[in-house]
Amino acid sequence: MSANSVYLAYLVAAVLFILTLKGLSSPVSSRRGNMFGMIGMAIAVLTTLSLTHNVGLILLAIAVGGAIGAIVARRIEMTAMPELVAAMHSLVGLAAVLVAMAAFNNPVAYGIALAGESLHSSNRIELFIGTFVGAITFTGSIIAFGKLSGKLSGKPLRFAGQHWLNLLLGIAMLGFGIAFFLSPSWTPFLIMTAIALALGVLLIMPIGGADMPVVVSMLNSYSGWAAAGIGFTLNNNMLIIAGSLVGSSGAILSYIMCKAMNRAFFNVILGGFGGEASAEAAGDGVQKTFRSGSADDAAFLMGNADSVIIVPGYGLAVARAQHAINEMSKVLTEKGVKVRYAIHPVAGRMPGHMNVLLAEAEVPYEQVVEMDEINNEFADTDVVLVIGANDVVNPAAKNDKSSPIYGMPILDVYKARTVLVVKRSMATGYAGLDNDLFYMDKTMMVFGDAKKVVEDIIKAIA
Amino acid sequence: MTGAVDPFVMNLTVFVLAIFIGYHVVWNVTPALHTPLMAVTNAVSGIIIVGAMLAAKPQEMDVGTILGLIAVTLAAINVFGGFLVTQRMLAMFKKKGK
Repeated sequence: MSANSVYLAYLVAAVLFILTLKGLSSPVSSRRGNMFGMIGMAIAVLTTLSLTHNVGLILLAIAVGGAIGAIVARRIEMTAMPELVAAMHSLVGLAAVLVAMAAFNNPVAYGIALAGESLHSSNRIELFIGTFVGAITFTGSIIAFGKLSGKLSGKPLRFAGQHWLNLLLGIAMLGFGIAFFLSPSWTPFLIMTAIALALGVLLIMPIGGADMPVVVSMLNSYSGWAAAGIGFTLNNNMLIIAGSLVGSSGAILSYIMCKAMNRAFFNVILGGFGGEASAEAAGDGVQKTFRSGSADDAAFLMGNADSVIIVPGYGLAVARAQHAINEMSKVLTEKGVKVRYAIHPVAGRMPGHMNVLLAEAEVPYEQVVEMDEINNEFADTDVVLVIGANDVVNPAAKNDKSSPIYGMPILDVYKARTVLVVKRSMATGYAGLDNDLFYMDKTMMVFGDAKKVVEDIIKAIA
Repeated sequence: MTGAVDPFVMNLTVFVLAIFIGYHVVWNVTPALHTPLMAVTNAVSGIIIVGAMLAAKPQEMDVGTILGLIAVTLAAINVFGGFLVTQRMLAMFKKKGK
């Protein structure tokens, strides 16, 4: 194939990738969009295949990787999506580092250096950027994967001088980058890669579980920039376009998530809620009383209501209660109760996590409502069932100026006539804050595992 | 103006324009589909497979080609895994949407 036809094919693939993302504006067009993405990728891969000499080995590598990917995609449980996404980010990061190393090993093969000469100077900068972004994405995503899958503690890990160490490492990495720019050789390249790998670990360790929606989005963004960086190195427009699409997508998601928590991006990145929050909660002093009831009581209240809104949170995913909750709403709907679900943007561990779980359980699409659309309706609702959510329904975010979460948009559950909260214990949520909602006169706590409680409610209603 | 344009400048042009497109397209994505968006962008960032294939291109095997082949395998996991899991998720949204 001539260079021109290769680039025209790449252009077609790039346009198809844009259409892929555009399709996601509605569930109906999204499936066609995904198809466009697959076609685009097939065009890109086949075009590139025509340029290589090692067709057999490359096809074998694709077959092995493809088989692994296909099996994982088929088997993965929807509750485990955040882990899967994090794991896949790490693969892109590692692939970017490997490609950068290969490019540096043999720049002539990529046409980015003349035979016998070393890398062009502008390519050195691009190679440096692609490598360190890839390396940080790689190890950072592994840590995020560990935290999301419970293999590592979800608690923020912090130590004194952490930020200074990171700053120092950042400067050192930049220093070796400059050394690499001045005389491209393996030593500075490998040292700066090693530092970037360490930075990836150090940057994600201090970030706690409930901030994961931001972290996952951010790493999503990085994986895109890493691909774009490699595109710069190889002078490949399609890599640049696809990488930038992914990069801006992740950046926008990070922004949306931060806004939904009313927190500055850097505040999240520099490591979670501090000790002050828990100290304040402990200093409250007054013994507050709450009301608790059984699943039967909850069933009675909901069975006699006209309208019920269910507020799912991370606890729903942990208990895998999504199918049970759909059963419950079916039973309620049959009794003439209007059932809807209210979704907070940061509910769960990744953007849209709750929507996918409810979709898996075949909850009708029109029953699932985003925060902004449903917030006015809580005041006219008989019963709200909060299941596995805490901070996103804490009225302190509205009423208490001294609260660390003051200003965070919340679901106005406290306005409903009756509130039921399914929770394992009175323990505080991620922010370490007590939740006044639990102590209101109209609130009844139902203690127990979310799935078990919901199943008991179904039995009691039916 | 004289002389050829540096490839870096051309790359930068494409880069900046692509970010603008990404920005506008992604803001239109419905929040309910944010998880499928992350999964499909995972697959799209698997485009690094093209770079990996080019690394594995030379006929004579050396460190670079082996690194390239490993990278092809990793990226293929992303491409296949990403698109297929997205398809699976979107099919779930179909059932309820009718």
